[in-house]
Amino acid sequence: MESTTLLPTEQQRYQKHLNLPEIGPEGQLRLKNARVLVVGAGGLGCPVLLYLTAAGVGKIGVVDPDVVDMSNLQRQVLYTTDEVGKPKAKIAVSHLMRLNPEIQFNTYTLALDISNARSIIEEYDIVVDCTDNFKVRYLVNDVCVTVGKPFVYGAIHRFEGQVAVLNAPIPAPSSDGTSDDRKNPTVRRGPTYRCLFPEYPNDIEIPNCNDTGVLGVLPGVIGTLQANEVIKLITGIGQPLNEHLLMMDLLSMQQQKIKVKRRTDADELARQGLASGYRPATATSTGPQKMSARDLADRLARGESIFLLDVRERPEYDLCHLEQAVLIPIGMIPNNRKRIPTDRPVVVYCHHGIRSANVANYLYAQEGLTNLYNLEGGIDAWAREIEPEMAVY
Amino acid sequence: MNASISVLLFGITRDITGQSAVSVPLADGNRVGDLLLQLQQQYPRLADIRSLLVAVNGEYAEPDTVINSRDEVALIPPVSGG
Repeated sequence: MESTTLLPTEQQRYQKHLNLPEIGPEGQLRLKNARVLVVGAGGLGCPVLLYLTAAGVGKIGVVDPDVVDMSNLQRQVLYTTDEVGKPKAKIAVSHLMRLNPEIQFNTYTLALDISNARSIIEEYDIVVDCTDNFKVRYLVNDVCVTVGKPFVYGAIHRFEGQVAVLNAPIPAPSSDGTSDDRKNPTVRRGPTYRCLFPEYPNDIEIPNCNDTGVLGVLPGVIGTLQANEVIKLITGIGQPLNEHLLMMDLLSMQQQKIKVKRRTDADELARQGLASGYRPATATSTGPQKMSARDLADRLARGESIFLLDVRERPEYDLCHLEQAVLIPIGMIPNNRKRIPTDRPVVVYCHHGIRSANVANYLYAQEGLTNLYNLEGGIDAWAREIEPEMAVY
Repeated sequence: MNASISVLLFGITRDITGQSAVSVPLADGNRVGDLLLQLQQQYPRLADIRSLLVAVNGEYAEPDTVINSRDEVALIPPVSGG
């Protein structure tokens, strides 16, 4: 049931859009017929929801499992002091309905997860990623890539933010010089979140703004840019941030626009992500593999010839190391590549398994070594599981 | 030749180093992977970040991209806040 006309009240409400020749009645009808899902009704979600509602996006879904907290009010401008403790998705929709009663809202007071994400996302044309955690960011990416939906990514840290339009169709210029998707059914799509950051980090590697603090106006700026990109995607005006990551620093007011291409394995990475259940991963099937301390102990006990590569620093090595391990600290690896054998398994380890994963990935990418294993949990796991008398630090 | 290159930092990499840019010595033919390892040696906590986007002259760079002394290099980590 696509709308083909604007009601008189809508013509009044959207007069300033209708006056813009770039939008006009046709663009406003596109907005009216658009369906947008906003995942997260926090700092980024508030401005996104306010502007998309005001702009007349016909159907808007709001996903958020949380309740309003007093510490949210410094930046989450949809909520008021007397609403602390109430569910954000419901409260947001109650305010937005007063702003624009013409809009149809769907309220999801739940966390997007692997069991519900696909069926919810399939109901919409565009997703806006306003979440505050990596787990849902990677889930949004992997589902959108799998079902072929564009999404507008935004993220914030202290005083700086990132915005990108991801997995969006890139209009191919046709022979007559115009771009028209209808002539080109197999549309090329832009980069995905995993083309920027392939691997899912844990919250220890990268803390979130609950821990680091965030300037209250920052999500207002970044969320407003996301809403702008959504409106451009729907109406087809301007150049969306396709194939670019925009970085903005509110302290220096410097902007960087990084050109990013879609990886050839973007679809495969999304499939693997959905299969992984969103545990932080360290390796893919083509790159270095993982080995548990138990597995390594068993293989050494069987007398297998394994090269043990310790990539920690000298004082750490002196404190404790695996028997017969060769020490090459991480910074010395490039000049000592020839010392690493290619004819037998190489198990790389460090304290907890993250430095060594970096070295293994480096050796795989730079040297094409395919005999690499990363010791999961590092020497710490070995000391706890295999050699309790070993020093831990 | 002893040149060095200035690397712009963002997100958590800025917090780890306490600076918005760092200078890294650069040898002829150095690649993005070499630069990352040098930085990780200087600031071990950088090695804990698995996905670090490196941009050279405003474009996503692969680990084997060669860096020249006049290139503009930026280190961009994932950011989770919303």
